[in-house]
Amino acid sequence: MSPAQASALAASPRDGTLEVLRERGQREVFCGLTGIVWLHRKMQDAFFLVVGSRTCAHLLQSAAGVMIFAEPRFATAIIEERDLAGMADCHAELDRVVDRLLARRPEIRTLFLVGSCPSEVIKLDLGNAAQRIGARHLRSETGEGVRILAYSGSGIETTFTEGEDACLTTLVPEMPAEAADAAPSLVMVGALPDIVEDQFLRLFGELGIASVGVLPARRAGALPPVGPNTRYILAQPFLGETARALEDRGAVRIDAPFPFGADGTAAWLAAAAAAFRIDEMHVNRVIAPGRERAKRALERYKPALEGKRITFLPDSQLEIPLARFLATELGMVPVEVGTPYLHRAHLAADLARLPAATRISEGQDVERQLDRVRADRPDLTVCGLGLANPLEAEGLATKWSIELVFSPVHGFDQAGDLAELFARPLRRRDVLRI
Amino acid sequence: MQLAVWTYEGPPHVGAMRVATAMRGVHYLLHAPQGDTYADLLFTMIERRSARPPVTYTTFQARDLGKDTASLFQNAARDAVERFKPQALLVGASCTAELIQDDPAGLADNMGLPCPVIPLELPSYQRKENWGAAETFYQIVRHLADTSVRPAPREGRRPRVNLLGPAALGFRHRDDVREVRRILDLLGIDVHLVAPLGASPDDIRTIGAADFNIVLYPEIGDEAARWLDKTFAQPAIRTVPIGVGATRAFIAEVAALAGVDPALALDDPSSRMPWWSRSVDSTYLTGKRVFIFGDATHAVAAARIASEELGFTVCGLGCYNREFARDIRGAAKEYGLEPLITDDHLTVEEAIAAAAPELVLGTQMERHIAKRLGVPCAVISAPVHVQDFPARFSPQMGFEGANVIFDTWVHPLVMGLEEHLLTMFRDDFEFSDAAGPSHLHGSAPSHSKAEPVLAPAGDILVREDAAPVAAADGTLGWTNEAERELRKIPFFVRGKAKRNTEKYANEMGLPAITLDTLYEAKAHYAR
Repeated sequence: MSPAQASALAASPRDGTLEVLRERGQREVFCGLTGIVWLHRKMQDAFFLVVGSRTCAHLLQSAAGVMIFAEPRFATAIIEERDLAGMADCHAELDRVVDRLLARRPEIRTLFLVGSCPSEVIKLDLGNAAQRIGARHLRSETGEGVRILAYSGSGIETTFTEGEDACLTTLVPEMPAEAADAAPSLVMVGALPDIVEDQFLRLFGELGIASVGVLPARRAGALPPVGPNTRYILAQPFLGETARALEDRGAVRIDAPFPFGADGTAAWLAAAAAAFRIDEMHVNRVIAPGRERAKRALERYKPALEGKRITFLPDSQLEIPLARFLATELGMVPVEVGTPYLHRAHLAADLARLPAATRISEGQDVERQLDRVRADRPDLTVCGLGLANPLEAEGLATKWSIELVFSPVHGFDQAGDLAELFARPLRRRDVLRI
Repeated sequence: MQLAVWTYEGPPHVGAMRVATAMRGVHYLLHAPQGDTYADLLFTMIERRSARPPVTYTTFQARDLGKDTASLFQNAARDAVERFKPQALLVGASCTAELIQDDPAGLADNMGLPCPVIPLELPSYQRKENWGAAETFYQIVRHLADTSVRPAPREGRRPRVNLLGPAALGFRHRDDVREVRRILDLLGIDVHLVAPLGASPDDIRTIGAADFNIVLYPEIGDEAARWLDKTFAQPAIRTVPIGVGATRAFIAEVAALAGVDPALALDDPSSRMPWWSRSVDSTYLTGKRVFIFGDATHAVAAARIASEELGFTVCGLGCYNREFARDIRGAAKEYGLEPLITDDHLTVEEAIAAAAPELVLGTQMERHIAKRLGVPCAVISAPVHVQDFPARFSPQMGFEGANVIFDTWVHPLVMGLEEHLLTMFRDDFEFSDAAGPSHLHGSAPSHSKAEPVLAPAGDILVREDAAPVAAADGTLGWTNEAERELRKIPFFVRGKAKRNTEKYANEMGLPAITLDTLYEAKAHYAR
């Protein structure tokens, strides 16, 4: 855990009644580099250059699947033997690679240098490199530069979605300061699929919140301003560092459960509206149609999911809000909910709504956790692709977790799709006669 | 530093995983940071294995750095041995652990584990996946082989061989083994051991009991085979039986070494490829320009099949694994080509665009390049995606392999009759370019889009209303009339015609390309 994470945890109110099983051992999780796969789709003029090993490049191509060929805006500068010979050489090499890259891709406005385990261990200072290279790439003739930022997506420091947290944290200092007399504004934090983002922005507009920005913005130049009049609301549960950086700039968090399902989304929107002192009657009027639609969509899946026992293995930090959604809105029974990291303050609203009998675990010793899965024999196990087929072969139905990060699942109009993701493997299990 | 989006090979520890996963009774303890477990899903998803690879990762994190990682390693070793009770434990480091300089071999050695420990030194910043697999297999054989085991006297028993090289995540390894076993069975030869695929450490101990070795995949098996030759005086057969000719040569060599009659396997009635290739519908395959890229073994084999067995013209040949570049150089010389030895996919893309082939044979990567360029393609080598680990029997080796290869390579091409129809009725609405060949279905390349980066072989920018359009390199323009004529040439040869015409016009110093230039060039390049 980074010191920042540790302090965030210490600062959060400790709930004496919440028992959490903490484990250390082999972790079957992605590293933060994987975040690049969806972040680069969101930020249309950004490029992600991983400074790492062949393993890092191999991971990205394995995670990105076929997407890798659609003129991807990410790549790996693979450290070779001769780079390890001396540090000066390493920086010169990085400069050369970045120059070549930017010459080839003049449309790039933000370049992220992404640290990896190898680059962290050899203590290659990417922050410094970003400044040095950034100074050279100021395009004075247009007054426009390539913003070069650095963050770490290494496995030793970040787990899967924490890569997004680390990336967004570097964007916070780049956000313009809000004017001294700025009216209260809202920033929605976390990369969402464009269609979901647009739905939320429409709803905020209908609620009457005048000024709403998103982090990350789709383009580098469109970062929203931030300051003491800024309220921010997290759309994703894995943004502890980003939240801290926003608070350092005076912004204040709106506490809410995460917007999954009909009730989760309604509560999330209502919390935002309450922070802007919007009349409750009006809020209910705006929210009601979407909420009703979502509830109708969920009704279809209730017969398939109600009473079914589900276990989450740690992956993305989405596990607790998703378990809350499945338990409260579809009647599923969470057995164990594992998360790679538990931010108690940000997840307080979701934790409070989880059934009391739920076993919550933080961290992982994969062998012991699998022993528990085999003993529990849940109806559905949410896990990574390295475990899914082997568990199926043992007769356990699984739902592979990475899809929950890549698919549009937030908000009213995705509630049914989200339920479908969990219902489908169970339905398939019933239809197959081989 | 090397800038890479795609890598043909993973790091060497993935090669070690391929060997460990192929075997039974082996466990691999990998000193690696959190996240390196991503490699598990290559086996569980691409190869669709139903069990986790036998690999334990120490998954150290930043807070463990310092002296803690060594004890982490030892705890993980103890737990893994306790839980999995392997017959042998492989220990090694991934790229990051290599930098923190814990010594997996020394750490494991001091623990007095109840099974043999095989340390792996895999230099991640110099070497790659195939090398890692070969080195791992060699170390396993060297550590475990019982050097006192020798073949029983030959009298009164069938000859006995080891098949070396097949591994997990190998392109068609599963079925190649089955097909080669069938050949050996026809010859009356017993397979003593297949390794690493399906072998246990106990099996490896007896490796010396075979009369000779057959190296199916030199990239993985050759290192061990050389040691076995030195240690046990086991000769090795290195002819890879991919293609009809190579299979016949393989059978002859194996039969000679085993002292059996090759005719037993040579006259296999299921070998249909030679007749298929002679049948008149295949006449249209003559001289089709084919670009071949992959691992050296598969690329060299493919080149021979293409030129000798299908009558193609090999217009490009290369491999990504430098260790076996010599094979490619030798073969390229035979076809009068410059060998392409590179692991940079952009270089391959440029070479393919420049060669303007009518068929690309390559890896998953070339499949995507070919798609972009609108050229038919078939896959002949790893790296491959999930669809190339098929459920059905589909070897590359032996006579059945040759049957499979004939179908696989010819399928993406426009077959003779259809090609003829397309040429005859090209202005007919149902045979227009936009319709595309019927067998490519929805994935038929669109011939209306201009490719901005590379001038694709099968495409040209055509504007009816425009003045002569400048060529991509800005040197020459086409007159409308010439352009319209060019458009009448079937799309699969149009790229070549365009390039030839422009080259010709450049050489002749012509100011623009007219209708006459087009046909002058055609005559000039006719052979």
